[in-house]
Formats: sequence, C-alpha cells, structure tokens
Amino acid sequence: MLALYHRDLTLGLRTGSGAMTGVLFFLAVIAVIPFGVGPDLDLLARIGPAVLWLGALLSSLLGLERLFQADREDGSLDLLLISDTRHMLAVTVFVKCLAHWTVSVLPLVIVAPLLGMFMNMPAEGIAVTTLTLLAGTPAITFIGAVGAALVVALPRGGLLISVLVLPLTIPVLIFGVAAGRAAVVENDPFLPPFLILAALALFFAVLGPAAAALALRSADD
Amino acid sequence: MSESSRATARVTALANPTRFLAFTGRVLPWLGSAAVLIIALGLFMGFTAPEDYQQGITVRIMYIHVPFAWLSMFCYTIMAASALGTLVWRHPLADVSLKAAAPIGATFTALALVTGSIWGKPMWGTWWVWDARLTSVFVLFLMYLGIIALTRAMDDPGRGARAAAILTLVGFINIPIIKFSVDWWNTLHQPASVMRLDGPTIHPSLLWPLLVSALGFTLLFLTLHLMAMRAEIWRRRLAAMRRVSARAVDGLAVQENAS
Repeated sequence: MLALYHRDLTLGLRTGSGAMTGVLFFLAVIAVIPFGVGPDLDLLARIGPAVLWLGALLSSLLGLERLFQADREDGSLDLLLISDTRHMLAVTVFVKCLAHWTVSVLPLVIVAPLLGMFMNMPAEGIAVTTLTLLAGTPAITFIGAVGAALVVALPRGGLLISVLVLPLTIPVLIFGVAAGRAAVVENDPFLPPFLILAALALFFAVLGPAAAALALRSADD
Repeated sequence: MSESSRATARVTALANPTRFLAFTGRVLPWLGSAAVLIIALGLFMGFTAPEDYQQGITVRIMYIHVPFAWLSMFCYTIMAASALGTLVWRHPLADVSLKAAAPIGATFTALALVTGSIWGKPMWGTWWVWDARLTSVFVLFLMYLGIIALTRAMDDPGRGARAAAILTLVGFINIPIIKFSVDWWNTLHQPASVMRLDGPTIHPSLLWPLLVSALGFTLLFLTLHLMAMRAEIWRRRLAAMRRVSARAVDGLAVQENAS
C-alpha cells in the first residue's frame, strides 16, 4: 500500500502538469472574482471564505478525471483489480485518493493563504479558512473518486464527473464556508460546523472508496 | 461479463420480461383508467373545496403541487430500491426500472419546482427564494439529471445500469445529509421559514381533495413507469434482434465468400 502511495505520488509529481494546472486554475478563479463583484475590499473580505472554498472545490474537480484513467490506459488498473484478494480494493482506492489529494489538492490548500490576502481577509480568517480547507478537501476527493470510477470507461468523462459530483459536495461546501465565516463575521459559531465538516470527511472516506471500488469492478467485467 | 453469465442473463431476460410484458399488458389499461378517474375526482374536489381565507384561489395549485413534490421523492425511493435490485440480485428488470424511472422522476421534480414558483409568485411576491426546502428539491432535480446523463453516456446497457445504480445509491445516502446541511445553512440566513405545510394542520375540507389527488398522481406515476419499462424492454429486444440479424447477414456473406 505504501508502495502504491509512493508510486502515485511520484507519477503525479513527475508528470507535473496536474498540480500546477490546478493551482493556476485556482489563482485564475480568485483573480476574476473582483472583476465580477467589484473591488470593494470590505465586500471581498466578507465573501472571502466562500470564494476560497468555491475556487478550491472547482479546482479539485479538474484533476479527478485522471485518478483512474491513467491506470486504466497502461493496464495497471487491471492489476490492482486482480490483487483484490490480497488487499481490499476499497483500501487500494483509498490510498489512491490520498495520493491524489497530496499531489493535486494539497497545493491548493498551501496557496490558499496567499489568495486569502488578495481577498483582503484578516489573518485570523485566512488561518481558519485554510484549516477548514485542510479538513474538508479530502471529502471532495473521496466523493470525486466515485464519479471518476463511474466514468472511467468513457473517453471524455471529465465534464460528466463535475456534473455528477457537484450536487453531492454541497454539504461539504456549506459546512466549510460556515466554519470559515466564523472568523470573518462576528458571533458566528466555529466549532460545530467545523466538527461536522470533519465528520463528513471521515464519513466520505468510508463511503467514497467503497462505492468507487464497486464501480470499478462493475466497469471492468 | 463472462460468456456463461451473459448467456444466463440472456435466458432470464427472455423468460422473465416476457411474463412481465404479458402481466403489465393486462394491468396497464385498468391502472391507467383508475389514475385518470381518481385525478379527475381529486381535481374536481379541489375545485369545489372552499378557498383559503388568506390565499384565495391560488391555494388550488396545492392540489397538483404537493402530489408532484411527493412523487419526486417517491420516485427516487423506487429508483434506490431498483438500484439495490441491480447490484445485489442482478435482477434483469431492476435496471430497466431504474432507467425508466429517472426521466419521469426528473419531470415530476421539475413540475413541482415550476408549480411551486407559480404559487410562490403571488404568495411571497417572488418566483424563487433560497428556502431550505426549495433548495433541497432543486438539488434532487440536479441529481436526477446527473443520473440520466450517466445512463445516456454509456453505450453498453448492462454497464450503464450498474454505474447508474451505484450513483443512485450514493445519492440516496446523501439526500438526508444534503437536507440536513441545507436546513443548517438556511437558518444562518433567515430564521423563519416561509413555507410550512404540515399535513395535519390543514382543514379536512382541503386535506381530502389533496389526498385523493395525491393517490391519483401516484397511480399515474405507476402507469407511466410501467409503460416506460415496457418501452425500454422492447427497445432492448429490438437492439438484440438487429444484432442477431446483422450477425446472420455477416455469416451468409462469409459462407458465400468461402464457397
């Protein structure tokens, strides 16, 4: 399992395109927001957590298509399916999701504080929003794995993944933004939404890989 | 799918759906006419029921809006049950049922949204509010469309059915979470919900027509669902026959070349 994690990590880093494109897309989304809503710094500070979350959500959907497709193309997905007897396929999918998260989504979390400064958010707000992103984005990856596994056999499934996955990520978005807003808006609670967000991430860490494994197996035969 | 399982699937697909077709062929006319009669009765009762003292005549839209909203959830439940049937028992009719129900459910959900906003315009003065209930129905609509898009994208019906089944089940587990989170999200913004329609608080003179028309529309849904399933079975048979005849022509050509 560790070997699989290392392999996916090196593959993701060496090809290089995935992580950088995601970060660039995130940057571009944040950059166009002020043009849309106007350069009012107070307003930007108020909607900052929401904008960061939306940007991170959309950017993390970008790379999902490659999660299983690259493995399917070079045949290693079949090997992973065959080795189901030694390692449960759901665990394999879980590890692949973790690797994907490390390569493509963690960079988004890392650049989020910088983009938060663009949005004129207070330092505390930036820290809190980054924390919620750190806790919440794995949930998006786990849900996205289901979508990626469902469309793995389709030649151009990228757009379909987004359509399938976005409605399912609404709870994560709601609680992520609710927790992030606590630092920007007075007397909004922080801990309850944050804990629910963490619970959602754990819940989808179980549900997502299991459903994705089922989908991969049914797409294979 | 291996060759033997495909063969057995074909045998069951021939045996079981034939009985299904014969059975639904007998039941459908009765079901359809019952649906039409009961809907007519429900609407008639609705139109003769007293008007709401506050909402006036617009309250009559309730007699179609509430059944649509109820069916939008009923249909998803049926789809989730079919998805379970596809994945667990590999029942050949379950995936037909899932595929046939999705467009009908999407239509009912869309109708619920449209009639709701037509009702909302004179009552709340706006076509749309981001009310918790409206939003979760809207998300449900999006999920219906996603399932339809997924079934359409797959060219192999068996594989598409299983993919749609998995998506339906994941969505079914998610619906309570979405509902809960949307409620939470909404209380942050506007404390009092505009729309509260608790069944028992309605006066009986309004409740009875509502129940009758809900029953009528449920029968209508069942009729449409069975008809769509029959159409889907026939469509698959047609495709299978085309494949067989194409293979036969192919075989003839090979024989001619050989001789």
